[in-house]
Formats: sequence, C-alpha cells, structure tokens
Amino acid sequence: MDAASTIVCFEDVSLRFGDTPALDHVSFQMGAGETRVVFGAAGSGKTVLLKVAVGLVKPDSGRVFLLGQEITCMRETELFDLRARVGILFQEGGLFDSLNVAENVSYPLENQRTLRSGNRSNEARVRESLEFVELAHTLDKFPSELSGGMRRRVGIARAVVTEPALELYDSPTAGLDPITAHTIITLILKERDLRNTATIMVTHRYQDGQLMANFRYNPNSGEIERAPRGSAETVDTKFLIMQEGRLVFEGSETEFLANQDPYVRKFARPGAS
Amino acid sequence: MLDFLKPPIQTFQEFVVLSGRAVGNIVRRPHYSADVFHQMDVIGVGSLPICSMVGLFSGIVMALQMARALTTYGAESRVGEIVSITLVRELGPVLTAVLVAGRNASGMASELGSMKVTEQIDAMRALGTDPTQKLVTPRLIAAALMLPLLTIIADFIGMMGGYFIASTQLGITSSEYWTAAWQILEYNDLAQGLLKPLSFAVIIALVGCLYGMRTTGGTQGVGRATTDAVVWSSLWIFFVDALITQFFVNL
Ligand SMILES: Nc1ncnc2c1ncn2[C@@H]1O[C@H](COP(=O)(O)OP(=O)(O)O)[C@@H](O)[C@H]1O
Ligand SMILES: [Mg+2]
Repeated sequence: MDAASTIVCFEDVSLRFGDTPALDHVSFQMGAGETRVVFGAAGSGKTVLLKVAVGLVKPDSGRVFLLGQEITCMRETELFDLRARVGILFQEGGLFDSLNVAENVSYPLENQRTLRSGNRSNEARVRESLEFVELAHTLDKFPSELSGGMRRRVGIARAVVTEPALELYDSPTAGLDPITAHTIITLILKERDLRNTATIMVTHRYQDGQLMANFRYNPNSGEIERAPRGSAETVDTKFLIMQEGRLVFEGSETEFLANQDPYVRKFARPGAS
Repeated sequence: MLDFLKPPIQTFQEFVVLSGRAVGNIVRRPHYSADVFHQMDVIGVGSLPICSMVGLFSGIVMALQMARALTTYGAESRVGEIVSITLVRELGPVLTAVLVAGRNASGMASELGSMKVTEQIDAMRALGTDPTQKLVTPRLIAAALMLPLLTIIADFIGMMGGYFIASTQLGITSSEYWTAAWQILEYNDLAQGLLKPLSFAVIIALVGCLYGMRTTGGTQGVGRATTDAVVWSSLWIFFVDALITQFFVNL
C-alpha cells in the first residue's frame, strides 16, 4: 500500500517534549474501513499519536499522511479541511463547557468551511446524531450537568455528526463502570459498522480490544454480536502497542495473544491495565 | 551555559508569535463579534465598580496628602491641579490596569487554561476554528476598548474624590477646583493618559491568554498559569509605564 491510498500513515515519526521521547521512530499505516486498537501504559504516547495523526501536534521528524495527503508541513488552514473528514473523541472530553449539548454537536457543522453547505439542516443532523447516541432529550443541557458516560456519548455524537471517514477515540471507556463502558463500545462499533468508518481506538481495557476485534453491530437488534471468523470486522482489526513512545507491537489478535513479550502480555489478558 | 535564559526567551518568543497572530486576526475573517461583546461586558462592566472605588480613594488620598503641604505655602487653590495631573498621567492608568490585570488577566489565564487541559483548545482546532481567532483576538479587542474607558472613568471619579476633600477641608469652591483641574491638563497629558491604558490593555489580554494557552499539567497547571499571568502582566505594566513616561518627559 503506498502512502497516498492510506487513511493514516506514519513514516518513521519522532517527537520529543524536552527530554522525554513522546514518539520514537513510529511507523504504521491503515487503509479505509480498517480498525486499530492502541494499547499502552500511561504516558506511552497514545494521545500524542492521535494528535500527530490529525496535525494538532507537529512531529520533529518523519512524515505523516492523513486521508492520503501528507500533512507534515501543511498549514493550519489546509488542515481544517482535512480534519473536517475526521471525528475525534478526546480523552479529557473536549466538550465546550460554555455551550450546551446541541451547540456542542453542531459546532463542527457551523465552523468547518467544507461542511457548511450541506443540504440537510444542521438541526436535523444534530438531532439525528444525538439520537444515534440515545441522548436526544439532553439538547439544552450543559456538559457540566451530565454524567461522565453521557459526556462521552455527547463527544461521540459530535465526532460522528460530520459523517467522517476516520474516527479517533482516545480512551473512550476510561473511568467508566463496565456497563457504561459496554454502551460506549457498542456506539463505537455501531458507527464503524453502519458507515464502514476507519477507526483508531486508544484504550487500556482488554475487553475493549476484544469487542473491537471480534464483534460487530447488528442493526436489527441494536446490539453487538460476535462476528463470524474471517469476516471483514475480524480481519481488518490490528493491535498496536506503545511503550515509552515506541511502537513495540503491531499485529492481528492471534499474533497479539501469542506474543511472549512481558510488556505486550500485560495487555493481552482481562483485568490488566 | 546560558541554559537558564532559554525558558524566558522561549516564552517571549511565544508572546511575540501570539501577538502577531492575535493582531493580524483583527482584520481577518471570521469575526466573532458576539465574543467581543461578551468580553467587553466581562472586562468593562465587571471591572467598573472596583475601578471606580479605587479611583475615588486615590483622588481622596492625593488631595489629603497635598492639602497639608499646599497649605504651608498658601497654595491650597492648586490642589485641583495636582490631583488632576497625577491621576491622568499616572495613577488612573496604572491603578486601573493593575486592577484589571488582577481580575481579568487571571480570569483569562484560568479560563483558557482549563480549556487547554480539558482539550477544548485542541477540539476547537479539530473542529475548524482557530483558537487565537476565537479566544485571544476578542479578548484583545475588548480589553483595548474597555481599559481606556475605565481609566477615563476612574480619573474622573478620582477628581471628584479630590474635590470632596478640597471643598470640605480646604474650603475651595467648585469652580476654583474644576477650573484648575481642567486647565492644567495639556494634550501631552491626555495623550499619555490614553496611550498607557491602551498599551496596558494589550499586555493584560496577551499575557493572560498566553499563559492560559500554554498551560500544561492539569488543574495544578491552571493555578500556576493564573498566578504567572497576574505577576507578569503587572510587571510588564510597570515596565511599559516607565518607558512611556520617559518618552513623554523628554518630549
Ligand atoms: N504538551 C505536552 N508538553 C510536554 N509533554 C507532553 C505534552 N503532551 C504529552 N507530553 C508527554 O509525552 C508523553 C506521552 O504522552 P501521552 O501521549 O499523553 O500519553 P498517553 O499514552 O497516556 O496518552 C508523556 O511523557 C507526556 O508527559
Ligand atoms: Mg492519553
């Protein structure tokens, strides 16, 4: 696969903050409709990886491609148009606390140049997106009035409202109880499987990776179900493992579970963090 | 060897870059006028009571201090001149600016700082808006419009405080006081009385926003950013005050 036909492509990307290497010669690529699950200890560079992928942070060296275009030296105004085709759920939420839920979700539609001329009204799209995350009744609430899980769902609504080609989820289940975490993963699979969106998910929960790799969304039941062995969902999912800025493992679930490296093994069993 | 100079130089460099961008954005689209009006309300209306009170008391104190000295020379009638000149040239601009720095530079740093640590600034960039355009430029415009106004109001209320003392303790008539206060002012005084608040406004808005935007390290970082913003904006206010005064003294 050459860089121009990838969704995300890192070529030997490095970045340091002072003395700490946040990314250390990272290379990987993913194609349209594929899934990547990124594991790694706290501070291993997972968030930085996502931010570099959309040009929010510039690498010191190496080349980054997003949606087939090189963004390494791209100006911010050009990046806006590319980022309009990417949805991001931030680790810290990133919801604007001066805006209510409806305004938060419509923010990209109103501010992204390339999205402003849609034929459907913004209001309808916002409502649809909030229905997608089952939060249509919270339109006028402010983020501070919502629970942690609801805030994540609003974040997902804002990330999917633009119908992007790529979704980035930074630790979507961190700090949530198992049931809410399951709801969040269900929404992520729903977006991935209904619209065939390429997905990168950062997580520290083994279960999240399991669900991403082996399950798919069933539109009839509204639940997730185990995908048949060899189906697109299972084949197109790869695991990436970060350690102190280095990408120490990249491979399928089978390779991941068979890996003997003690650091990698930490993420390959339930209850690990 | 000169490593200790690196952080301050880097900060200054960031300051210059941010200033350039924020000022350039004034003429660049999109314009967020609702944010400008909101900030004018926060800075102008919000600071009005405290600036008026401090203006009033500095006028009163100036008049009290001068009353004794002037009486010994039999020059009580000149109290209006002294109050007026010190307020317009120095006390009005500096006190107002330091108050607004305490209220608003800290407010800007903590607001933008919390936005930074909760990734709202990143979200803005990810969702198609330039945070400098949306957050910094409106604060800069609002401060540049409101601080001169606040200063004029503080000057005037200070003169009224001076008049209160002059009339009650020195028996000076209203027309005597206000004629003296008004006639002593030259264009040069008015010019520095307005140039100062304008420069201080730029310092307050840009230093407040800079420390907010470069916040790292969670909630603790927000606290540090807020403190730094007040300390550095106040320091720069006094430094620039000295520069401008020096310039006008030599004129
Ligand atoms: N803006 C920044 N300034 C300085 N250091 C940073 C910044 N962002 C991240 N880092 C550092 O980079 C490393 C990777 O961070 P991050 O990607 O956030 O880790 P995580 O895998 O937990 O998401 C950490 O050591 C972190 O301290
Ligand atoms: Mg992180």
